[in-house]
Amino acid sequence: MAFLDRAARSLFLTELVSGLALTFSYMFKPTVTLNYPYEKGPISSRFRGEHVLRRYANGEERCIACKLCEAVCPALAITIEAEPRDDGSRRTTRYDIDMTKCIYCGLCQEACPVDAVVMGPNFEFSTENREELFYNKQKLLANGDRWEAEIAQNLAAEAPYR
Amino acid sequence: MPKLTIDGIEIEVEPGTSILQACEQLGIEIPRFCYHERLSVPANCRMCLVEMERAPKPVASCAMPCGDGMVVKTNSETVLKARKGVMEFLLINHPLDCPICDQGGECDLQDQAMAYGFDRGRYLENKRAVQDKYMGPVIKTIMTRCIHCTRCVRFINEVAGVPDVGAVYRGEHMEITTFVEKAIGSELSGNLADVCPVGALTHKPYAFTARPWELRKTETIDVLDAVGSNIRVDSRGAEVMRVLPRVNDDINEEWLSDKSRYAYDGLKRQRLDRPYVRKNGKLVAVSWADAFAAIADKVKGVAGNRVAAISGDLADVEAQFALKELMGRLGSTNLDCRQDGARFDTSVRAGYLFNSGIAGIEKADVILLVGTNPRWEGTLVNARIRKRYLAGQVKIALIGEQKDLTYPYAHIGTGPETLQQLTDGSHPFSETLRNAKNPLMIVGMGAFQRADGLAVQAAARITGEVYGMFRDDWSGFNVLHTAAGRVGGIETGFLPGPGGRDLHGILDGASKGEIDVVYLLGADEIDTAKLGKAFVVYQGHHGDAGAHRADVILPGAAYTEKNAVYVNTEGRPQLARLAAFPPGEAREDWKILRALSEALGATLPFDTQTQLRQRLIAANPIFAAVGQMTPATWSPFGAQGPVDSAPFVSPITNFYMTDPISRASVTMANCVEALVGPAQERTGTHG
Repeated sequence: MAFLDRAARSLFLTELVSGLALTFSYMFKPTVTLNYPYEKGPISSRFRGEHVLRRYANGEERCIACKLCEAVCPALAITIEAEPRDDGSRRTTRYDIDMTKCIYCGLCQEACPVDAVVMGPNFEFSTENREELFYNKQKLLANGDRWEAEIAQNLAAEAPYR
Repeated sequence: MPKLTIDGIEIEVEPGTSILQACEQLGIEIPRFCYHERLSVPANCRMCLVEMERAPKPVASCAMPCGDGMVVKTNSETVLKARKGVMEFLLINHPLDCPICDQGGECDLQDQAMAYGFDRGRYLENKRAVQDKYMGPVIKTIMTRCIHCTRCVRFINEVAGVPDVGAVYRGEHMEITTFVEKAIGSELSGNLADVCPVGALTHKPYAFTARPWELRKTETIDVLDAVGSNIRVDSRGAEVMRVLPRVNDDINEEWLSDKSRYAYDGLKRQRLDRPYVRKNGKLVAVSWADAFAAIADKVKGVAGNRVAAISGDLADVEAQFALKELMGRLGSTNLDCRQDGARFDTSVRAGYLFNSGIAGIEKADVILLVGTNPRWEGTLVNARIRKRYLAGQVKIALIGEQKDLTYPYAHIGTGPETLQQLTDGSHPFSETLRNAKNPLMIVGMGAFQRADGLAVQAAARITGEVYGMFRDDWSGFNVLHTAAGRVGGIETGFLPGPGGRDLHGILDGASKGEIDVVYLLGADEIDTAKLGKAFVVYQGHHGDAGAHRADVILPGAAYTEKNAVYVNTEGRPQLARLAAFPPGEAREDWKILRALSEALGATLPFDTQTQLRQRLIAANPIFAAVGQMTPATWSPFGAQGPVDSAPFVSPITNFYMTDPISRASVTMANCVEALVGPAQERTGTHG
C-alpha cells in the first residue's frame, strides 16, 4: 500500500500545492520588509551611530577639552588640541574623529562628563571617498545641531538607567 | 634612638624622626597633602592621621616625633574611617571640576580620593567660591580648588625667600593671596605649581594644552644656566609641552628656576630649520651640500692663523670637541669658549670650578660672594645658600653690587681691593673669616669679565689660601659660571692654543682684517659689529645676533633635540637626551661638523657618537664619570698683578633673557614685562 500512497502523492502534486499554499497565505499577512530608504525601522535610544558634538541651549559648545574621550578611545580615532579661549575657558582648537578608525564602541560618549560627544541615531553617512570620513570639529558641531532634538529625546529616555 | 612598632614591625629611628618618616622607611604609604619633605611641618590637612596606642584620638603622623615604645597602626578600622572623614571634609569645598583642571590625571587629591576616600558625596549644600588671584605671568590660580595645605606659602617664604604669598582670614574663609595684587617676584615661582597638591596653582603657559597621560617623558638636563639642573622634558609629537624638575639632591634638589622651566616655548620660535648662504647681501636658503661648498670655497687656501672659532653658551661638549679637532686640522689655534670675554686661568681645574659642589654650600659656615649675583646667575645655588642661611650659624658677605639675594648679608666692599684688604687682614670681616671652620667663596663672572680678570682670580686665590679654603678635607673656592657650555668647553680644551688668540684677540683681529674666517658655534652674545669683514659661519639653532651677521648658517639642534654631554659649573658631566627631533633639516651639531670636515678635506676620525665620546674620554677622562664630580687638585692659578679698583658688575642684567632660547620665548617676554626693571615693584593699585 505504501507504493500506492507515494504514487498518489506524486500524481496529484500535493507537496507543490501545500508549498504554494503557504506562499499564498503570506499574501494575507502584514508585510515585514521595509521600503528602505523611504521607510525605516525603529532604533533603540541606545543606538550608536554617527558622532556629534552638542551645544547647550544658549549655543555654547559643551566640549571642555578634558580629553577623556581621546584617552579612552581604543581605536585612537579621536585627536584633540586645546588652549584657553579668549574668555579664559578651556576649549578645543581641534576635535577630529577619524570615522574610518572608529569601531563604534561608545566608550567616548560614556567617558564624556558633559554629554558633549554623543553617538547619535544617524547611521546613513556613507561617503564616496575616505577624506569625507575624517570629521573635524565644525562637522561634528553641525551634526550636533542637526540631530539635537532626537539626541535630547534619547538621553532623556536613558536618564533613569545612567 | 627611639624604638617603636608600626603595624607590628619594630623599627629603630634617628631621634626627631616623625612617625610619617618612619613609615616611609618601612615602605608604608601614608596619604598627605600639607606635608612636604623639604618644607616645614604645619600639620593642617589631617590626612596623615594614624592610630597610636595609649593616645586618646588619632595623631597627625607628620608632626608626631617617634618616641620609645610607641605602637602605631596605619591601617586599622579607626584610621581608615578617619581618612575617609578628612577626605570628605576636604571635598566639601572642592569644586570637583577635574575635567577642566590642568592637574587632572596627576592630582594628589584625585588620587587619594580614589584610594582613601568615600565612594559617594553626601554634601548637598552650597560650596564656597573664592575669587582667583593674580600671581604673575607664570602661575595661574583657580583658588576655589584650594584645600588650604599652605605648601605654597611655606615654599615661597622658606625656599624662595620672597614673602609675597600668604593666607588671610580664618577657617573655611581662609584665602591664599599675594596681599596686594602683584606678580610674585621670585625666580622660583614655577615651583609653587609643583608643590600645590591640587589644581589651585597651575602653570600658566601650559594651561589647557596637554594631559599628563599623552606626554612622552624624557629625563634630561637643563642648559639655560650653568647649574645643570636635572629636568624632565614632557613632549607630544615633536613639540615640547612642558619642563619639570627631577630630584637630584646634589644639584637642584627638586626645584627649578623659572627660566629653565618656562623658556621652552622659545624652542618653537625663530628656529633655523635649513642652511642659508648670504648672496648679494641677502640670506638665501640652500641645500647642505651648497652651504658646505660655500664654506669650503672660503676656507681653502686661508692660512690656519687667519681662521678662528668661538663657541656659545649653549654649545654641548661633543660639538665643541669636534670643532676643536676640526680647527686643529685646519691649523688654527684661535679658539675661545668664553664668548662673554671673561679672563681667567684655565690651566688649573680648581681655578674655574665650583669645587665644593652645590651641596657643599650646606657645610660652609662663612660664605663670601665675590662679584656675583647668585640669585640671577645660578638661582638654585642661591636657593642652596638660603637653605644654609635658614639652618643658622652662618655669616654671609658680599663684595660687589648690592642686590636683594633673599637672605641678609654683610656688604663689605664693591671691588677687588676688598679682597686684598681681606688677605692682609686689615678688613673688619677678616676676623670672621679667620674663625671660620669651613669658609666658602663664590666668585662670579662679574669678577672675571674685566681686563684684570686674571689678577682678580689670583687675588681671590690668595684670599682663599690665607683663610684655608684649599684644604685636603675642604675646598671652599668656587667659581659660579653663567653658561652651560662654558665648563664643557674648558674641559675639552676649546681655548686659545699656543700662539692662539682669545676672544678679544679674535674680535680685534677680525676688525683689523687679520682674521678672515670666524666660526660661531652658537655664539650670540659677542659684539658682532667687531667681526669686521670676516667671513662668518654660524652654527646654531636660533636666528639671533650670530645668525643675523652670518655669511653661512648651518642649522643645529637645541638641547632638547640631541643626545649630548654638558658640564655644569661643578665640573659634573651630565647627559642631555633627545626629547624631540630637530625641526626641518637641522641636525645634531657634531654631525654637522663631521660632515663639514669632509667637505673641507680634513675628515674627522669618528663616524658615530660612541666613537666621538671614546675620543673625548681619551682626551679628558673626566667625561667618563657621567653624573660625578671629579675633584680638582689645587695648585696656584691666576696671574698676580695690579687690579683695577672699579666695582664688580654682574654680567646678567636681565635674568629672563640670557640666551637665544629665552630671548625667543613669549613667556620670558611676559616675565620681563611683569618683573624686571620698574615693573618689579608695581602693584595692582598703581594706576
